[in-house]
Amino acid sequence: MIEIDKTILDCDVLVVGGGIAGLMAAIAAADQGIKVIVAEKCDTRRSGSGCTGNDHFMCYIPEVHGSVDDFYQTIKMSQAGRIFDKTLVMKFINRSFEVVQDWEKWGIEMRPTGKWEFLGHAFPGRMRIHLKYNGENQKAVLTQEALKRGVKIENKTAITDYLVEGGKIVGAIGLDISKMQPKMKLFRAKSVISTTGNTSRLYPSITGAWMFNTADCPSSAANGRAAAYRAGAALTNLELPTLFAGPKYFVRSGKATWIGLLKDSKGTALSPFINKPNKELGDVTADIWPGVFTDKYKDGTGPVYMDCSEIDKADMDYMMWAFKCEGVTSLVDAMQKQNIDLHKHMVEFAKYEPTMFGAGIEIDENGSTSVSGLYAAGDEVGNFRTGGIPGAAVYGRIAGESAAAYTKNIEFSSNIAQHPLVQKRQEFFNELLERKTGATWKELNTAVQQIMSDYASVTFVRSETLLSAGYKYLCDLEQYAYQTVKCENSHELMRALESFDLLLFGKLLCLAARERKETRGMHRRSDYTFTNPLLDGMLLTVKQGKDGEAELNWRATY
Amino acid sequence: MPPVIDEEKCVGCGTCAQICPLDVLKYHKETRTVTVRYPDECWHCRACAIDCPKGAIQLRYPLSHMLLHMDAPTIRREELE
Amino acid sequence: MSVKRRSEIIKSDVLIVGGGIGGMQAAITAADEGATVVVAEKADTRRSGSGATGNDHFMCYIPSYHGEDFDAIIAEVTDTLVGPLQDLDLLRLMMGRSFEVVQKWESYGINMRPYGEDYAFYGHAMPGRRRYHLKYDGQLQKPLLTKEAKKRGVQIVNKTVINQLLTDESGRVIGAIGICTAEDEPEVVIFQAKAVIISTGNASRMYPSTNPAYLFNQADCPATTGSGHAMAYRAGARLVNIDMPYLHAGPKYFARCGKATWIGVLVDYYGRPVGPFVNKPTKELGDATSDIWQGVFQEKMENGSGPVFMNCAENTPEDTEFMMKSFYSEGDTSIVDYLQQYHIDLNQSMIEFGTYDYALCGRGLDIQLSGQTSLEGLYAAGDVLGNVRGDITSAAVFGMISAENAAAYAKTVDFAEVETHPLIQESMDLYNSLLDRKIGAHWKEANSMLQQIMKDYVGMKVRSKTLLKSGLKYLGDLKRYCKEQLKAENAHELMRCLEVLDLLDVAEAIAITSENRKESRGAYHHRSDYTYTNPLLDNKFQTIEQKNGEIILNFRDKVR
Repeated sequence: MIEIDKTILDCDVLVVGGGIAGLMAAIAAADQGIKVIVAEKCDTRRSGSGCTGNDHFMCYIPEVHGSVDDFYQTIKMSQAGRIFDKTLVMKFINRSFEVVQDWEKWGIEMRPTGKWEFLGHAFPGRMRIHLKYNGENQKAVLTQEALKRGVKIENKTAITDYLVEGGKIVGAIGLDISKMQPKMKLFRAKSVISTTGNTSRLYPSITGAWMFNTADCPSSAANGRAAAYRAGAALTNLELPTLFAGPKYFVRSGKATWIGLLKDSKGTALSPFINKPNKELGDVTADIWPGVFTDKYKDGTGPVYMDCSEIDKADMDYMMWAFKCEGVTSLVDAMQKQNIDLHKHMVEFAKYEPTMFGAGIEIDENGSTSVSGLYAAGDEVGNFRTGGIPGAAVYGRIAGESAAAYTKNIEFSSNIAQHPLVQKRQEFFNELLERKTGATWKELNTAVQQIMSDYASVTFVRSETLLSAGYKYLCDLEQYAYQTVKCENSHELMRALESFDLLLFGKLLCLAARERKETRGMHRRSDYTFTNPLLDGMLLTVKQGKDGEAELNWRATY
Repeated sequence: MPPVIDEEKCVGCGTCAQICPLDVLKYHKETRTVTVRYPDECWHCRACAIDCPKGAIQLRYPLSHMLLHMDAPTIRREELE
Repeated sequence: MSVKRRSEIIKSDVLIVGGGIGGMQAAITAADEGATVVVAEKADTRRSGSGATGNDHFMCYIPSYHGEDFDAIIAEVTDTLVGPLQDLDLLRLMMGRSFEVVQKWESYGINMRPYGEDYAFYGHAMPGRRRYHLKYDGQLQKPLLTKEAKKRGVQIVNKTVINQLLTDESGRVIGAIGICTAEDEPEVVIFQAKAVIISTGNASRMYPSTNPAYLFNQADCPATTGSGHAMAYRAGARLVNIDMPYLHAGPKYFARCGKATWIGVLVDYYGRPVGPFVNKPTKELGDATSDIWQGVFQEKMENGSGPVFMNCAENTPEDTEFMMKSFYSEGDTSIVDYLQQYHIDLNQSMIEFGTYDYALCGRGLDIQLSGQTSLEGLYAAGDVLGNVRGDITSAAVFGMISAENAAAYAKTVDFAEVETHPLIQESMDLYNSLLDRKIGAHWKEANSMLQQIMKDYVGMKVRSKTLLKSGLKYLGDLKRYCKEQLKAENAHELMRCLEVLDLLDVAEAIAITSENRKESRGAYHHRSDYTYTNPLLDNKFQTIEQKNGEIILNFRDKVR
């Protein structure tokens, strides 16, 4: 039997996932003088999608930007086709500068050139909203700040389930993966903040055989969304995918930091916005025309390249420096090893697999989910999305404050060790660990990816029959996987549970996509090829009904 | 690990390792045992299982090789009508 | 680790590269003709190649069954499964001598009449038309052919993969370089022969499988990796038709199972037949829809009206029993096993079908009626051929024909000196560089990258000059990185590394010829820059060969 650690870890607030949002939540909650634990799969100093850095932070500074409404309109323009709650965005805007100032105080270079500099991801003549900063040390600094405030960080601990009693959060189940032999760890908490990042590994990467070739951290695998759903929280926007782009087969590199022009194979620039790249603007063509790479491929005028050869030396140096700030030193390293010289060579760009950035847990403006005591922040939030890191930082703080306030009038649950889910999960983990012959987690993960890519993707159109078939196959797969997956050690158990969470998320995505009977953005239905005006601004949410079945609901945005 | 060898039944003749078209199995002469060395390279042709004199080999099909199936249309036609 | 070199040279009149159906039939025939014969096989001839565990249909013309109208059968073959990429003199030769092989096989003990006294023809057929697929039970074909070869004194060298052909100054093929992989430490083995027959099968693993993470999820044997195409091309032989893709189909994610044996109707989600040929399944016809409309599965996914299923639920119980038996004959015991393990009942469930990756089956070496390639001393048979396709039939019949001619040719020439051939040292240097490397790329990385490039730039959805030129450039980069970085830990990995290098050579040839075909043709060569079919290229086959380091492309007339 997998052992359950006798020591139950008590805290007022348990933060699940120590990325940017998690650490910001922990710091904010600890500032209220309460007991906080962060449970992190890896090590908070280098974990999550912001692990080695970031170089742009969406931020509203009144003196720089003037009208807050103009700022909001600029955000809205760059997120065409997405549906979100304006109240959440406004709160983000109004509190973003405060976070930036604190980060600077703590030792993150928010003004590497000495002034507030807003560059990149911008249209000519329009407001620039991305503060250029140096995030190389952001994770180390935030970890330090959390520790300073007495936050307890439990590294190498993967949270698998949130425990609910009488409609209220009472704790969580974790796995200690620090040793080959896994151990279950129970957390008793008055409140849980879920900040587990994106859903990497849901769709096949552009290099199908290498599933860790993803833009966001491949360890961010829908765990928070799945645990929250099972705990009764609502998820939203699942049917509306986002697609990143960047160097074709090297997904880790991203495209945000590049200064250059997207060109077709004849060397013709594609941008209607600029004809000479500079660090102020970059080339936003792919933000506005997400199909550019596929379209140019299909009409035979592709591939599409990023050409940096026309930028001046100062901008080139600036870009190379910004890659370092962004944490994509592997790109710089790989280019050196392959003798790629951006003064001479163009690099092919492409669109990556769909991600669930801005598709996940539904929160209110305090970061609270629909379950009492359960909060969420960061990439796993569904009804709000602002450029990854800033959204995570600001809503991490908001969720931390709200959770801390909530815990003031809450008592600990008497005995979470007796919670029925604990025994149920223990039995399941045991089955996986004790099976002699069986399927590896990779088989399961790959099978999920194949089905998602073939039946609920953006590669093909979506339709009633394809989505229904995909849902049915995922259900079959789930049943087979429960009977056959086997894990040799704690690492494999963690990966297998991630794969099960991705499978659950995939099923919900199929149901939501089937329910949205229209075409919108990258959600293309062959049986409903039009965009339904009645669904403008309508969010589709999914939560677990009383009978355990998924319940879909529409609501207007706030 | 697609071929699964029942160690109780295996007599260590090495036939499976010899005839596998993909060199998936490794025969250890000294111990007269067989191990599945390159499971990812299995073609699922079942030659090992067919030719094993003791019936000691079963195939396990990876989850990624699912045979996707649906209720037959005699049942599904009702859904259409 | 480094390679050893075996001091003994293996000599024979005829060397056969690859002991599949083509190779074994060639070995038997060459021995019957009085030649000394060696078969070099990377696995074990008893269970190797695409016919490893069986086959259940053999294209065959039997005058007493089909009548004297041979032309009608030839028309049937080109109209259906096999398609138009045939030199008709070769196709006639193959079909004309097919019954002879069937009779030989019967004499070897292969069950060619499992359904009684008469030969039975079923499946892959259109209603009201001739049927030309002899239904047989090939479960034991490989062990029986091996036994017959041994009986005739053929020397079978198993666990030995051929990597290079040796030629003399005139370009005549005089031997080969092989690597024995029986032990972890690889051993280079030199072969000396008066004639060589290539029968290495298809080029699997060139394009991603339906589940790209599993490279070996293939319809044809995943160990057939275009090595014959590649070594012959490097030696100067002419390849033909490699720009015209072919696709197998069958159960969507389980490519091993194929579609030939299935009796049922292809239907959509609601059970409506998708093809015009059959409404009720019969064992006589099967459903030929996807032979004729190869894009059916993909197209119906793309327009949202898919998926497409094989529905066997309306078969008669007799037909279902017949089909289950045929799966055994075909060697598809894994499908039966899978259905049992997962409790799937074909009377109640239908199975989704899909199209697999592009295969080179019947795209490859350009041969004459004698089975000779464009090189003196080099013959070929089976899936590696480019101007005739007939799966098992083409392997067996051209195995026989090329062996007859290779044996006769061997009588007219002497052995040539191979021991100090410069290619031997050059090749050993390459093998050692892979084995010596401490940190480097695994062959799987290279194989996956190759597949991605082929899918994205030399694919079947759309082709254009810029895409194909980009693809060619990337293939060149990859080849360079492979030579600099590939690393092999043992003989097995060395074999896999060399397979990838072979695939890369063939891939480049595919990209070059596809770029040079400045038109759209057939279902899968779509040029966005040349969207029309050029009538001047009707009845022309494109060839590619290397002479003195130059690549020569040509459109030659198809033999009609």
